[in-house]
Amino acid sequence: MLQSAQDDSGGEEVSQSTAPAQIPVEAQPEIPATSPFNPASTLRWRTLLAVPMAAFVVLAIHFFISKKEPPIETHSYALLFLEFIGVSFVLLTLQPFWAGLRHWMRHMCPIFTGAILLLGAWDVVTSGLRLLPLPYFPGPAAVLRSLINDRVLLLDSTWHSLLLLLSGYTLGVIAGLISGICIGWSSPVRYWGMPVLKVVGPIPATAWIPLAMVVSPSAIFSAAALIALAVWFPVTMLTASGISNTRASYLDVARTLGAGRAYLIFRVAIPAAIPSIFIGLFMGLGASFLTLVVAESVGVKSGLGWYVSWAQGWAEYGKVYAALIIMAAFFSTIMTLLFKVRDRVLVWQKGVIKW
Amino acid sequence: MVAMAETEASSVRLREVSKTFPAPDDPSTRRLVLDAISLSLAPGELVAVVGPSGCGKSTLLRLVAGLDYPDSGELLIGSVPITCPSAERGLVFQDPNLFPWLTVRRNIQAGLVARGLLREKRHEVEDLMRLVGLEVFANAYPHHLSGGMAQRVALARALINHPTVLLLDEPLGALDAFTRMRMQDEVLHLWQARRTTILLVTHDIDEAIYMSDRIVIMTQRPGKIERTISITLDRPRDRSDAEFLRLRGDILEFLHFAGGATAEQRT
Repeated sequence: MLQSAQDDSGGEEVSQSTAPAQIPVEAQPEIPATSPFNPASTLRWRTLLAVPMAAFVVLAIHFFISKKEPPIETHSYALLFLEFIGVSFVLLTLQPFWAGLRHWMRHMCPIFTGAILLLGAWDVVTSGLRLLPLPYFPGPAAVLRSLINDRVLLLDSTWHSLLLLLSGYTLGVIAGLISGICIGWSSPVRYWGMPVLKVVGPIPATAWIPLAMVVSPSAIFSAAALIALAVWFPVTMLTASGISNTRASYLDVARTLGAGRAYLIFRVAIPAAIPSIFIGLFMGLGASFLTLVVAESVGVKSGLGWYVSWAQGWAEYGKVYAALIIMAAFFSTIMTLLFKVRDRVLVWQKGVIKW
Repeated sequence: MVAMAETEASSVRLREVSKTFPAPDDPSTRRLVLDAISLSLAPGELVAVVGPSGCGKSTLLRLVAGLDYPDSGELLIGSVPITCPSAERGLVFQDPNLFPWLTVRRNIQAGLVARGLLREKRHEVEDLMRLVGLEVFANAYPHHLSGGMAQRVALARALINHPTVLLLDEPLGALDAFTRMRMQDEVLHLWQARRTTILLVTHDIDEAIYMSDRIVIMTQRPGKIERTISITLDRPRDRSDAEFLRLRGDILEFLHFAGGATAEQRT
């Protein structure tokens, strides 16, 4: 925390001494809002109590609704809410002494409150009013129970999905970077490669499943290849466009500095294309999630996609939703990691482009 | 050999250099941009090229840099024809064109990295950063820098290779008046310290008179050398000196006259 604050002030010093007329105008409105060291930053009680209050209300509603249900069914759900209340009170007592935590809570409390209220609404609509038909729409308590009861299998499925996803994604990214760099840099390769890319690329990878099942020795292998294919297209496309759109003046400058071809490709064109490459990596990641789940529910006998279709086969919709929750957490974690990597790599863009 | 490197290798000679580009309105025809330009720079000479925009000044510089090829004519460094860009001819554009993904230090090092000399010459990077007053910003990224600082980095990046010829394409054009004057002195200081041959393209007549040994005035469509003026004023020069002002008036009048003449021809 301290470190980053020092970096910030260092960066600011640079800007101020160099362009005194411009930077402060931009920077000033930002600093008081985001600075965790603002002495006047105390949280309002409304913000602090929103989470425990909401949890308390939702829990009360739940008890009222679930009187008719067997107690085992709802025990863990109630426990979860008690934990929410407990943790929020712990944070509440800690926050006066920890500015970073206060800053985080100011930002996150409304979101958590909303999420808790949404859980309550779900509970009311399903278990309470029974507006939605069972077994397709179980209440949150039932889903939580499935999640806890089936945790070993879910964890195992997540692990298999992760392995498959990573192997396919890595393969696709490597292939995509290589073909993208070649197509972007060399005109002959572009001439022959671009038509292939334009014709084959837009076919959804999942459309190859029938062929993949016939050709490949194992389902896992063909699934990895399909994911790689799904990733390969956007990565190739955006790498190629990034490379071929490298500002000519950067290349000119590099050549007058004595740069050879390797320097021009690896130290000028590729760094200049990195923002574009990352867009390709994000698009490829989205495509890889889709392909992963489809491949797992069709051919592969493991993973979260397989789990969902298996649970659906037994009409255990609580497990289906449990797997969906795991998937949401799993995929968004991977997405967040990629964002972190991008922020690291593109640190030089900080303040230039916001996306 | 060494003697030749000092004298010959830093002279620049252009003989009857012409260059055409596809016409923007009709790509099937070609427009003459440079018409039989002949120009020699003695080693260590600072020559300024002035002229209206579109007279091919920048094209001329790109040809000398080796980034473009003439349609006819000959370009020589010493006695060697120019065929491709070389680290011996440093080029600084109006836009600093710093690599935004590299810090100031790494931008300045780029030439050494490109030529695989970083290990043995790393100390020169620090020297050069001190010379242009940028030690403090060594680890800053280009977007943190003001225009003047960025241009100093661009200059340092070109100088790291110890070019025998420095090509400056309106390097100070985008700077405010005060920064520009200070930078003019800095460039002159570097020039005197290193005795590089400098070809400076500028649209600022004061800058040309203040800095150069000789001013080449070009006219446009097609770009031609109309006049060459030797500046014999003592250095450091005084911008309010009577002779300075007289030269300035002369050149302005000439450029106006030339501009008027082409305008008449067109109508």
